[in-house]
Amino acid sequence: MRGRLWSLALYLFVLGFIVNLLGIVTHVTVSAFAKRWFGTPLPPQLTTDWFVYAWNNFDLDRVLIVTVTVALSVVALALLLAYPAAYILARRNFRGKSLLLLLYFLPLVIPQMTYGISLATTLYGWPIGGTIVAVILANLVPMVPLAVFVLIPFFEQISLNLEWGAQTLGASRFQIFRRILLPLTVPGLLTAGVLILVNTVSNFELTFLVSGSGSQTLVVALFYNVFAGGVRPVYSVDAMALMYMTTVLVILLIALRFVRPTQMVFRLDQPAR
Amino acid sequence: MTKSREGRELDLTAVLCLAPSVLYVVGMFVYPFLHGIYLSLRPAKQPGLSLANYVAFFSDEWQYGTIWITFSIAIPTTLIVVSTALFLAYGMRRGIRMERTITTILVLPVSLGVILLSIGIQGFYGSRGWFNQFLVGSGLLSEPLQLTNNKTGVMLSLFMQQFPFCFLMLLGYISGIDPTLEKSARTLGAGPWIVFRRVMLPLMAPGIAIAFALVFVMSFAVFPSAILLGQPAGSTRTIAIAAYHQAFEHYDMSYASAIAVIMGLCQLAGLLLIVLLRQRMVMAPTMGVGKR
Repeated sequence: MRGRLWSLALYLFVLGFIVNLLGIVTHVTVSAFAKRWFGTPLPPQLTTDWFVYAWNNFDLDRVLIVTVTVALSVVALALLLAYPAAYILARRNFRGKSLLLLLYFLPLVIPQMTYGISLATTLYGWPIGGTIVAVILANLVPMVPLAVFVLIPFFEQISLNLEWGAQTLGASRFQIFRRILLPLTVPGLLTAGVLILVNTVSNFELTFLVSGSGSQTLVVALFYNVFAGGVRPVYSVDAMALMYMTTVLVILLIALRFVRPTQMVFRLDQPAR
Repeated sequence: MTKSREGRELDLTAVLCLAPSVLYVVGMFVYPFLHGIYLSLRPAKQPGLSLANYVAFFSDEWQYGTIWITFSIAIPTTLIVVSTALFLAYGMRRGIRMERTITTILVLPVSLGVILLSIGIQGFYGSRGWFNQFLVGSGLLSEPLQLTNNKTGVMLSLFMQQFPFCFLMLLGYISGIDPTLEKSARTLGAGPWIVFRRVMLPLMAPGIAIAFALVFVMSFAVFPSAILLGQPAGSTRTIAIAAYHQAFEHYDMSYASAIAVIMGLCQLAGLLLIVLLRQRMVMAPTMGVGKR
């Protein structure tokens, strides 16, 4: 009896959370299509004009190009920097390893607002301040460690015997990398890549602090338009928010084909997919 | 056992593999961090090293008041997030129906990002939003609740952002506890409450402490939702907003760095407090059972 009540409470909480989330998301969606909407359950008239308005007035084509450039560059560079490090961390024990892991851990647990201001100051001190390059460099700070931590378990799964076997058969280090490690870590690269992609597109604080007017990503441009409240019709901001949400959800749908959210917690004892 | 065949020294290949990412984190994270501390000690108005920025911060109520404002948002949020996440994760420790779907839904808000959540909360929970329309329309209330443009709104948004992380962390931690311990306690006649209080809670304590620490630190740095869902010039002027204002409206990077340092120190103080509390509260021997 007690157990029943307990699980009922559990499901009720989950239900409440879902209703709340659906409410939040649907409200934005409906508002984006509303011509006018004051205090009624649904707007009296629907229109798609706000999307055209948002696209023309918010410089969205440029913002989208910036977002895609930043996100893809961050994914590629983070994987490139993290891949060899993850291999060594998965395979070797050495003095100072825990210190090194702590170093990778810090950018992930220290809030971006705490170190973002110093980072922005440093980047503005260089000629790249406020450019797309600065945005990419700043986003890499938490994403390189993230890639390292996601990749380590994928390397740990690969049996050392495979490498030893290849070595015995006369394979060079590069051949081992090219023919054995790389193909076997494709699931890991996909998982890490997708996580970085979602994170970079929706990451606000660092991008906000280091971007200039020409290097805003979608989420930062969205913030500025909400912030400018009153000047912009709320429906047009919601239309932009909906475009942002669609972008993220599409990435997420692709992501969920490769990644299980719980994988971030549990030991990755089975390869993705 | 830890002495692998490679020995404890790194060869050239290993160093070359580690170098790029280590140099990156040192150059783009450690160096700016230290530079920020140094900069905070070099006020714009006077030459040389001095504590003038810190003195200015702590003698201006408009500035040091942000510390209390931030604590008054971060502490309740942390308590609510960790207790609800614990409730849910504990209930799901042996798996429930539709677990994967439920987990996915619970994690969804993270990927949507704080800005979209804030916009949605502003609409849904606002005075003319669906939530209030429902409450007033169904006759439960005569006046709409003021849920946004105040601390409640900020906490709501923080809850949506922090809850998924905290839940996944605790679920991972609790699932890692050996289920036979619980079974033995049940066999010996312990009821569900005793199992929770005397067996599981001491085992979960380290995980709960980490959850507390992480959620607190993240909530303390609250920034965009305090602007979009609060009163950034009033009751929700958090310390992050104060730092941002100095940096990008007054262009006083030195003062801004000082505020960022103070923010970091407050987060550290919160962490230390949690560690101390944990040592004091849980005296039960956990003796290396469970995950770690």
